[in-house]
Amino acid sequence: MSLIHEIDFGTPASKSEKMISLTIDGNEVTVPEGTSLMRAAMEAGIQVPKLCATDMVDAFGSCRLCLIEIEGRNGTPASCTTPAMQGLVVHTQTQRLKDIRKGVMELYISDHPLDCLTCAANGDCELQDMAGAVGLRDVRYGYEGDNHVFAKSKNDNVANDRWMPKDESNPYFTYDPAKCIVCSRCVRACEEVQGTFALTIEGRGFSSRVSPGMHEHFIDSECVSCGACVQACPTATLTEKSVIQIGQPEHSKVTTCAYCGVGCSFKAEMRGEELVRMVPYKDGKANRGHSCVKGRFAYGYSTHKDRILNPMIREKVSDPWREVTWEEAYKHVASEFRRIQYQYGRNSIGGITSSRCTNEETYLVQKLVRAGFGNNNVDTCARVCHSPTGYGLNKTFGTSAGTQDFDSVEHTDVVIVIGANPTDGHPVFASRLKKRLRQGAKLIVIDPRRIDLVRSPHIKAAHHLPLRPGTNVAVVTSLSHVIVTEGLFNEKFIRERCDWDEFQDWAAFVSMPEHSPEAIEQLTGVPPQALREAARLFATGGNGAIYYGLGVTEHSQGSTTVMAIANLAMATGNIGRKGVGVNPLRGQNNVQGSCDMGSFPHELPGYRHVSDDTTRDIFDKLWGVKLQNEPGLRIPNMLDAAVDGTFKGIYIQGEDILQSDPDTKHVAAGLAAMECVVVQDLFLNETANYAHVFLPGSTFLEKDGTFTNAERRINRVRKVMSPLNGYADWEVTQTLAQAMGLNWNYTHPSQIMDEVALTTPSFAGVSYDLLEKEGSVQWPCNEKAPLGTPIMHIDSFARGKGKFVRTEYVATDERTGPRFPLLLTTGRILSQYNVGAQTRRTDNVMWHEEDRLEIHAHDAELRGIRDGDWVKISSRSGETTLRALITDRVSPGVVYTTFHHPTTQANVITTDFTDWATNCPEYKVTAVQVGASNGPSDWQIEYDEQARKSRRIVQTLDAAE
Amino acid sequence: MDKNHKTTGDKLVYMANQIATFFHTQPKSEAVEGVSNHINLFWESRMRAQLFDILEKEDNGLDPLVIEAAPHIRKPGPVPA
Repeated sequence: MSLIHEIDFGTPASKSEKMISLTIDGNEVTVPEGTSLMRAAMEAGIQVPKLCATDMVDAFGSCRLCLIEIEGRNGTPASCTTPAMQGLVVHTQTQRLKDIRKGVMELYISDHPLDCLTCAANGDCELQDMAGAVGLRDVRYGYEGDNHVFAKSKNDNVANDRWMPKDESNPYFTYDPAKCIVCSRCVRACEEVQGTFALTIEGRGFSSRVSPGMHEHFIDSECVSCGACVQACPTATLTEKSVIQIGQPEHSKVTTCAYCGVGCSFKAEMRGEELVRMVPYKDGKANRGHSCVKGRFAYGYSTHKDRILNPMIREKVSDPWREVTWEEAYKHVASEFRRIQYQYGRNSIGGITSSRCTNEETYLVQKLVRAGFGNNNVDTCARVCHSPTGYGLNKTFGTSAGTQDFDSVEHTDVVIVIGANPTDGHPVFASRLKKRLRQGAKLIVIDPRRIDLVRSPHIKAAHHLPLRPGTNVAVVTSLSHVIVTEGLFNEKFIRERCDWDEFQDWAAFVSMPEHSPEAIEQLTGVPPQALREAARLFATGGNGAIYYGLGVTEHSQGSTTVMAIANLAMATGNIGRKGVGVNPLRGQNNVQGSCDMGSFPHELPGYRHVSDDTTRDIFDKLWGVKLQNEPGLRIPNMLDAAVDGTFKGIYIQGEDILQSDPDTKHVAAGLAAMECVVVQDLFLNETANYAHVFLPGSTFLEKDGTFTNAERRINRVRKVMSPLNGYADWEVTQTLAQAMGLNWNYTHPSQIMDEVALTTPSFAGVSYDLLEKEGSVQWPCNEKAPLGTPIMHIDSFARGKGKFVRTEYVATDERTGPRFPLLLTTGRILSQYNVGAQTRRTDNVMWHEEDRLEIHAHDAELRGIRDGDWVKISSRSGETTLRALITDRVSPGVVYTTFHHPTTQANVITTDFTDWATNCPEYKVTAVQVGASNGPSDWQIEYDEQARKSRRIVQTLDAAE
Repeated sequence: MDKNHKTTGDKLVYMANQIATFFHTQPKSEAVEGVSNHINLFWESRMRAQLFDILEKEDNGLDPLVIEAAPHIRKPGPVPA
């Protein structure tokens, strides 16, 4: 094991296909046209000294260290800003260059502290490296004059105006201006990579200093703590606090972030079994070396004191927990599940797989349910997020997944973002999108809320259609209305790739006058002219790509909207090449994977229906069982059946349905009606309040496996430390299966993936060996596509001809009225993740310590609510309280909140309305009333009390041993 | 129970009608098959059994399209022991 060192080529790669050759230090080098001399030299293995250049940002040419000489040209140009040209003869090391570099280094060092031995960057300092590289032996200038190094003058003890104290306001990194060499790499990383523009260089000449915002502290500035600046910094100026505390790492492994569906690759840099830092991996094909505050820094939960490390049991949920041995826990669960099945029938138990766990773990849980429980009662959290994507894209295209890779955005000309807030929900993708927008691509945002993408530094949406929550179908269908009636559709594509008769039926449908922008304005609140212009832009602006999120799926008509989006992409010919496509932004790290692995009650791995005899036969033979051919219960159906008394036991791995699922009271009633609820998790989550057995879970740092991200990319997860609880989650499921009499003997997750490959055609080519070689692959990966499939439906759709489906707008039954006049919609925030179980246990709470209710000033004033006031929000389902945030980001009539904190209990308010096709809950539309409040609601007080009681643990294990 | 906390039976009627509402908007020829297919593919056997019980009732609140599709909905067999 050693530290993975990635080569820094100094400047970004050129995308040109034209190759040129030149000579550098006597070596013939061939590079793409547009490559810098610095990069060309590095390609030949020659490292030109440099400080201000790094390949994550464009060349800047300020440090004057990377100078070279070119035969036949005057002077000593900077190699980072000089392009390679055919036939050049370049020298990187001459007496003249040596003298200049030494002089430049001398000047740098004359204003830099010489505390190298105690400096946190010791061992990872480019300034130190360069001093060595140029042979610096002496600094003639001394520190007596102007400097940024000392707080007080050495001679007269007078305060030094140029000196600035360390800024330690950010919880994860420090800014030490004394160590800054003003290379501006951080400023450029913030601009070019992250796209936030939070940093600048203030002052001029010798006074120049890096400044967050307007000379603010990092925490008070616009900084989003993505870490790009820290990564870019060549000195100890910007340093991870963890490195300051622990020291430099000694080995690292490449792994995959366990937060959102972007699936960023990171190097987990370690010292022994201690994680020193997570550094985004340049070769990571989803993130290309970038990260966000969660993946980069918010991993502290993995060693948080709240983690439960011993299994626990209790008779009744009102009892305190009792710690037991693993053996006792397995025995108890197995006998309880068997008892329940004997008493109430085979279909009276089920399981929920985790979209936070690995593919291999998910596969095992569904296998346990199907082969061990003998039924198909397995579901996953995709039920409550992207199940409509599965349904809608399968109907229209024939595959339940997005069509592109993330690199595709680099070729996009017009982007529609609908029902997604990438800068908060999928930040690394947002940075890649913003980069493309700054290059000139056009943006159309369809969202009730003015999300950051609508207007932020150097980004401005061409159109923002602020629709009323619940009217997606009307708006998207109307976009198609404009495209069809104005003759802007791509007839050639449609004739070649889609069913022409179905298109004509659909075209006639969308052309009906009731689907015109003017006709729907009354419903949607979208100005018709803006809608028309947006439609024209999308149809005629070049490569058009649609990115969408839960604002599309979590509606009564979620599946219909997904189909409307697919129709729009097909009608404009935006499928099957780079820069286009339909791109669901998946929520959880492995929600795509959990669906692929057969977590749905009607589908075996690879999206094959349980009624299909051929598919069942494969598993029957391999597993030695007879699988049921009937679809099982979905999560909401399980809860209904529980309330009805026919569903009595559940095994929930890594999922907090009580907090994340809608209509909390109904979820609680369902759980309370069960006789054996088994929760496997890192923490005593909210669902565990109703559990009888708790099995401790392990983090992504503690196991091997794979995650599949939103672009169908299968990425490796690598174990870097031993599980604190003793076992990886797949081992726990396996031992539970063994306790239930199943003969499972996997010794490594790779064997589970081999079984997936053996049984599932779209994964036939996938193996850990291949992933080791390729880094990652996108399914389908099989004989036809041995290295995977970055872009789908290139020559034909997976289902053959693309299917146009009529998408009639049907208003949700969740309507505003005199009692509940406002519409509540929900979302998330950058620093927190989902139910917050992880991020709330990190310093990320500094950015978001509570959920707030965003309300328009008009609605607030009507109700006498001031910013920061406690307000009560009530719906037909229930009520809760939180503090108000007055804003114009939401329109009058719409309120918005996040659901990251259990005390808020936002899902007490959400209703039991669901998508017509998939039962995906309608989180995004709830009719509510808001009023002043004195504090927590009765429900919140009652709930807190119940939660407190149910978390009591009697520590008996030590005594017993 | 308040309006939003329906019985499972009420929910099933609501869900079936939601499915029917979608297929009402599809071409006539596909509507009946659409509804029965959808229920066959996604509804667990006890849900379908409850639906058949509901269909027995006179005033069951089901969309006529659901009633028309009912003969094509698979009767749940006995649960294997």
